[in-house]
Parts: sequence; structure tokens; C-alpha cells
Amino acid sequence: MSSLRSRLREMHGPRAWAALGAVAVLLALLPLMGLPAHLVPLFGKFLCFGIAALAMDLVWGYGGILSLGHGLFFALGGYGMGMYLMRSIAGEGVYRSVLPDFMVFLDWKQLPWYWHGFEHFGFAIAMALLVPGALALVFGWFAFRSRIRGVYFSIVTQALTYAATLLFFQNAAGFGGNNGLTDFKRILGWPLHDPGTRAALYVASAIALVATYLLCRYVVTSRLGRVLTAVRDAELKTRFCGYESTHYKLFVWTLSAVLCGLAGALYVPQVGIINPSEMQPANSIEMAIWVAVGGRGSLVGAVIGAWIVAGGKNWLTNTIPSAWLYVLGGLFVVVTLFLPRGLVGLIPKLRLALAAVLRRRAGQPV
Amino acid sequence: MSAPAVTDPNDADDRATPIVSVPVPEAARRPLVLWVEELSVSFEGFKALNGVSLELEQGELRCLIGPNGAGKTTLMDVITGKTRPATGGVFLDRRDVDLTKLSECRIAELGVGRKFQRPTVFQGHTVYENCELALRGRKGVWSALFTRRTAAERARIDEVLEIIGLANQAKREAGLLSHGQKQWLEIGMLLAQDPKVLLVDEPVAGMTHAETERTAELMRNLAGKHTIVVVEHDMEFVRSIARRVTVLHEGKVLADGPMAQIQADPRVVEVYLGE
Repeated sequence: MSSLRSRLREMHGPRAWAALGAVAVLLALLPLMGLPAHLVPLFGKFLCFGIAALAMDLVWGYGGILSLGHGLFFALGGYGMGMYLMRSIAGEGVYRSVLPDFMVFLDWKQLPWYWHGFEHFGFAIAMALLVPGALALVFGWFAFRSRIRGVYFSIVTQALTYAATLLFFQNAAGFGGNNGLTDFKRILGWPLHDPGTRAALYVASAIALVATYLLCRYVVTSRLGRVLTAVRDAELKTRFCGYESTHYKLFVWTLSAVLCGLAGALYVPQVGIINPSEMQPANSIEMAIWVAVGGRGSLVGAVIGAWIVAGGKNWLTNTIPSAWLYVLGGLFVVVTLFLPRGLVGLIPKLRLALAAVLRRRAGQPV
Repeated sequence: MSAPAVTDPNDADDRATPIVSVPVPEAARRPLVLWVEELSVSFEGFKALNGVSLELEQGELRCLIGPNGAGKTTLMDVITGKTRPATGGVFLDRRDVDLTKLSECRIAELGVGRKFQRPTVFQGHTVYENCELALRGRKGVWSALFTRRTAAERARIDEVLEIIGLANQAKREAGLLSHGQKQWLEIGMLLAQDPKVLLVDEPVAGMTHAETERTAELMRNLAGKHTIVVVEHDMEFVRSIARRVTVLHEGKVLADGPMAQIQADPRVVEVYLGE
């Protein structure tokens, strides 16, 4: 018991634990505290982005592996959930068929084998986590074993997500082509447009975000986390210290993909659609920008970065839609040039500046 | 290949009287820990190593010298598994394990530690964490995720920090250390690894005179308890620590023996000391 307590103390000091608890409760209770009902799914979406940002930070900020393909894992998790939601309205589509509408449209007579089992919620959730994980494991195994790293690795992940986009765009792939999966009605029997269901999905996302944060925090404060940052800083040296760096990278890479799948699975019922545009290369790049803006190597920073960038996108695409991509690009340049440690990196600087100002005030009263 | 034992007195450099040079009597030989047999490595036609053989005894402090391009670093690379040789083998402890067939981390696990030419420490970690990461023990992903520092590990880290004289810097980020301190930290990380053989590449490069002397003292203290191979250009440093010296030249062992004998060898003087 005392070892558990000291382990928790390694994760956070008492004040940080208290702050974390307060933020968690506040986040979860937001729908009860007057958050307008139409904003609940939007905020829920941001919570999912927060989970994806944590996953991204784990591999990039701590492991030094810049993935530009995490949108794929996110989308695969989303498709897993989407397939469940499609199956749960079997017989209620336009054609009153047990098959999803797009399959009837393609004149398919029966469900493809890979759609079986998705009528069960538990199975669908498991697949939403395991499929991205398995893909990451296989891909990572070959990439890390061949010692592909740095920008080469990033490019290969871009190619991977691009290839997947092309595959999912095809009608014959059996995932609804460019329309994707949509027209969802119920989750576990609860109507999706009902404010109560929406609030529940929001709270589930909040719990998932906090749990993901704790898991990531546990990982980065363990010896594994220290080995991971050592691999990031001097991989060869870790090998001479006896660590099989490939296994460490593979572990964190796969874990990250699973967490991204979780984010995607929670995201889809709240936005009501999943289609191949979710796995387009630009989406993955945006995830990297979340983390860069917030601060690589800081879990809290990654989440804040995701919220700021996604919030900015939401606001700008509503007011000046054409400006968003320029703002995004500009943001990336500015952060790279002036804020290598992201917004979180500003905090110690601001603190110093504030202390200097206070000292001057104290020294020279006006 | 036998060297002329007596050389022209004009060649012998009397300024370079060895400080510590103990000839090893054949009878008092200790058990061997590392054999290098007929290693050859070529890089696109260039023979970096050309049939190098070497034997290390338990607790020996061996200096490896030679002009640039002689193959010193390549030899270290082969022993630690970074470079695969074209022919030959490296054997540790038991004759049946050929290190040249194993991965870097497996070799490290078996007990070969290496300090790089440029000091390589984990910049973002504290001095303490650097030693922790180097500790001998289980290096797998799952044990790293769940196990925590044991009392024995903490004691070992403290002991190592004491030996290298960085105990008061334990909480400092390694990237902030001075060049000399980084070199010592890296030697400390080797000690934490508790290897059978320590390969130390240019430990005093860029050090001040005082730092060099301290490093020499550290090396002398460690000899006997550990088997150490030092590659170094600084001849004064080599003289101050060496018992036995191996001279490499153009990928071959040119001479091998006690420091005094090496210094008197006209071929060595020609290719190296005379420069």
C-alpha cells in the first residue's frame, strides 16, 4: 500500500493531484453547470482530441518519434465504433434491409466477413482499440527493426495514412466509400440526438481523457519513461547500456495507436459521421501541430495545445473559412521558430519576467 | 615479426621514462577475459582492421595507441557489436560465445561496457538518472514499466557517484555538466553497468591538466577490480596509467608489451611517438 502511495507521489506532488482532481470534476460536470446543450458534442469532440494529443505526445514528445499518420489510428477507432452504430440500426435504413444502406446500393447480398461481430458493442470497442494497435505493431516492427527513424519514419507514416485513405474511399472496400458511415440513431439503445445521451457521451469522454492522462503519466514517470526519453536523446547509447531500443519504441508506438483508436471511437458517436477524410494526411499533421503548440514532452501541454488549435479552427472555419489553413501554417512556423517548447515552455519565462517586475516594483516604489 | 629487443640509444627517448610500468611475468598470468582473434574489417576496400589479435587478462589496464586511422575505434566498434567484421571473432569469458554474432545490447548484457570518444550522456536526465539507466539488471520493457528502484540499486548508484566524484551533482541535469564531468559521468555509467570489460575511448580528450590527472587516478584505482582498455592520444596520460600497451598501425598490431619496451621500439617511434 505504501509502495502504491509513493508511486503516486512520483507521478505528481500533492498539490498537482489536487489540481488534477479539481479539473477532472469540473470537466465532467460541465454539462450540468450550464454548458449549452448544442455545445456539449463540440466540447466532447475536444475531449477526444485531447486523448489523441496525449497519444501523440507520448510517441513524439517522449519517444522522439514524429508520427504523421496518427489520424489513421484515430479514424480506424472511429470506423470500429461506426460499424457498431450502423449494425445497431439494421432494418431501419432507407431500404429496410438488415444490411447497411450503402451495401444494398452496391447490390451486396450479404454482410462481408469483417463486418461480423460488430453488432456487439463490446466486440466493436475491442476492435476499435485492437485494430489500430495491431496495425501499429506490425508497421512499427518492420520500421523500427530496419532502423527507419527521423524524417524518413514521418514520411512513411504519411504514406501509410494516405494509402489507407485511398483504400477507404473505394466503395468495394466495404466501408461506405467517400460517404463513410453515418445516419446513426442509437448507441446501446439510447437515442443519439437525446441531450441525455450526448451528456453521457461527453462524460464518458471526460473520464477517458483523465484515465488516458493518468496512464500516460504513469508510463512517463516509470523507468520505461526514462529509458524512452534516453532513446529519444541518444539511442545508440541506450543500446550500449543494454536496452533493446526497438522494443521500447514499439511498445510506446503501439500504446499510442491504441489510445488514438479509443479517441476515435468516442469521437464518432458525438459527431455522427466517420468517413475517409478523417484519415487524410492533413489531419495527422494537425495532430502534430496540437502537440507542437502546446509543448512537446508535456502531457498537460499537449491537451491544451489540442484545445487551442481545435478551438481556433472551429471558430475560424465558422467566421473566415478560407483563412484557417494559412493560420495553421503560420502557427506552426511561429511555434517552431520562437516556442520550441510550446506554450507550456512560456510558463517559466513568464514567471521569471513577473518576478523581475515585482522586484522592480518593490525596489523602486512609485 | 619479432622486434629487435635492443635499439639504437639515440632512438630511446629518456624524457619519457615511464611512471608506472610493470612488466608482466609470464608465470603470474591471470585468467583471460577477452580474446580478439584475427579480426578483419574493410570499408569499401579500405582495410580498417587487418588480422588483429588481442588477449586481455582479468583486471588488466591496457592502453591501445596508434596514429589516426590505425583502427582503434573500429576495433572497439567490432567488440561492442556496432560493426560486423569480415572475418575473425571476439570471445568473452567462455570460448563458445562469439560476440561478433550478437546485437549491441546483448553484448552489453554479457558484460562489455563502452565509453564513446565524444562524451555521450543522456542530456535531459539528471546525473542520478544517468547512472540508474546504466545499472546492471533487467532491461526489458515490462520490467522497466513496473519495477522501481530497489535499495540495492540506490546504494550502487550512490557508490558510483562517490567513485567518480559527482555525488554533489546527483540532481543536476547531465547536459549542464562541464566537459570533464560528462566524461567522468560516462565512466560512472560504465561502472554502474558493472561490466567484465570496460572499453574507454579517449577519456581525457579536451580535459584540463588537473582533470586529466584525476582521470588517471580514477583509472589506476579501477584497474585490478575491472578489466579496462583505454584508447588515448595523450601520451603523458598513457604513460601515467599504462602497464601494458598495444600499438595499432594501419589495421595491424604493430607492437605489444610493457610501456618501456614499446617506447624503445624503433617501429613504434617511427609511426607514432616520433611524429
